[in-house]
Amino acid sequence: MLSIVLLIVFIIVGELITGNGERNKQNMTEYEELMGLGETQAHVPGPVEVFKLAIKELSHPFYDNGPNDKGIGTQLFYSILRVMAGYLLSVLIAIPIGFLTGMSPLFYKALQPYIQILKPISPLAWMPLALFVIKDSILSSIFVIFICSIWPMLINTAFGVMSVKKDFLNVGRTLEIGNFKMAFSIILPAALPTIFTGLRISMGISWLVIVAAEMLVGGTGIGYYVWNEWNNLDLASVVFSIIMIGVVGMFLDSMISFISKYFNYQE
Amino acid sequence: MIDHFLKVKNISKSYPSKDGKSFVTIYENVNFSIEKGEFICLIGHSGCGKSTILNNLAGLDAVSGGNIKMLNKEVDKPSLDRGVIFQNHSILPWLSVIKNVTMAIACKFKSMNKEDIESRAIYFLKMVNLEGHLHKKPSELSGGMKQRVGIARAFAIEPSLLLMDEPFGALDALTRGKLQDKLVEICDKTKQTTFMITHDIDEAILLSDKILLMSDGP
Repeated sequence: MLSIVLLIVFIIVGELITGNGERNKQNMTEYEELMGLGETQAHVPGPVEVFKLAIKELSHPFYDNGPNDKGIGTQLFYSILRVMAGYLLSVLIAIPIGFLTGMSPLFYKALQPYIQILKPISPLAWMPLALFVIKDSILSSIFVIFICSIWPMLINTAFGVMSVKKDFLNVGRTLEIGNFKMAFSIILPAALPTIFTGLRISMGISWLVIVAAEMLVGGTGIGYYVWNEWNNLDLASVVFSIIMIGVVGMFLDSMISFISKYFNYQE
Repeated sequence: MIDHFLKVKNISKSYPSKDGKSFVTIYENVNFSIEKGEFICLIGHSGCGKSTILNNLAGLDAVSGGNIKMLNKEVDKPSLDRGVIFQNHSILPWLSVIKNVTMAIACKFKSMNKEDIESRAIYFLKMVNLEGHLHKKPSELSGGMKQRVGIARAFAIEPSLLLMDEPFGALDALTRGKLQDKLVEICDKTKQTTFMITHDIDEAILLSDKILLMSDGP
């Protein structure tokens, strides 16, 4: 309820403080009109303008009028596809490695300095190297997603496995469960909630990074779209795509938390 | 020499102190034996090493000196012959009540088929009056019920020796009384050899055939 009130207040205030970019055309000389000054000026769009654009864009989300004019749906689709590819790749690598790391304290200590150094590197810093080595802009952006989402997963998986309660392990030991079965029937389910926390953080970071990565590599995707509309000085589209980025990010996050509900347990 | 069911001979436990130069001894020269069908209670102050002795008996924790022999076999690792009921019940929270028990049964009786495992689990859960809660998750159960699942799980694998670490410590007096009665009833029925740790003297007198007293460490 309160959210709706806040939204209404926000829209009204937004409408009041933003202009519509119209100029006074009456007092213009012929020269000024010829110079295009009669056109609407670039301005920060108000909520109503953005809303109108949103309806127009969302009613045809997948149109394609050449490389510089694609529908918002197409752009988002490309971005999501890249995020998914990089993300799934890092799931496949981070979870098994994190698992083994968590099982062996020695391995954990040995990997720790490398993880600590690699983790704070901005994923975009990898971009030039990726572009040079991979020589393909799309694969490079997937690689960037991969490298940024792997660390939270790896650390959380290792931490989750390490902090499995000793009691649960003792239950397994008194039942003479083998190592392999122990890993899958006791350690994995016990660590899953922590692993999912890592998966969620990674998804958030991936979605943050894809926008920046696509601004760099260009071509397609929501990041490219934002930058392209900035170059067109179409600020209504920029605001609209900012909102869409937020909506999709929320959707991706709630998707992971929805899946994780099935694996969470309460003590 | 007579062969005891379980013989504890001169065991001691020590661990290196923080600076690593000397050893802190928790207990030493512990000797006792358990016969088949006996119910033994171990009483002592908190922190005197009772739980450590139980872990030694379970094979979860190695002794520093001396040895433990069960049926003339050295106890050096956990075994399905020794069921353990842990202090904090230690039920796996992601499995339902019945799955917790069937998992244990499946580990012990590897050739048993699914239906038999399930009916065996139900039999033992009935024994502790949990037949109405088979498919609940442990988080939906009260502390006493969880402890009863732990008891059912331990009995279901028919261990030769049952080890209990303050099984009723965290329960209120009423629930504890009920569970004690239940335990006496089950143990009488099954002639279970049991070793139990408690700090409650009344409980020890009520349940056991023999009480071992443990004094504070050196």
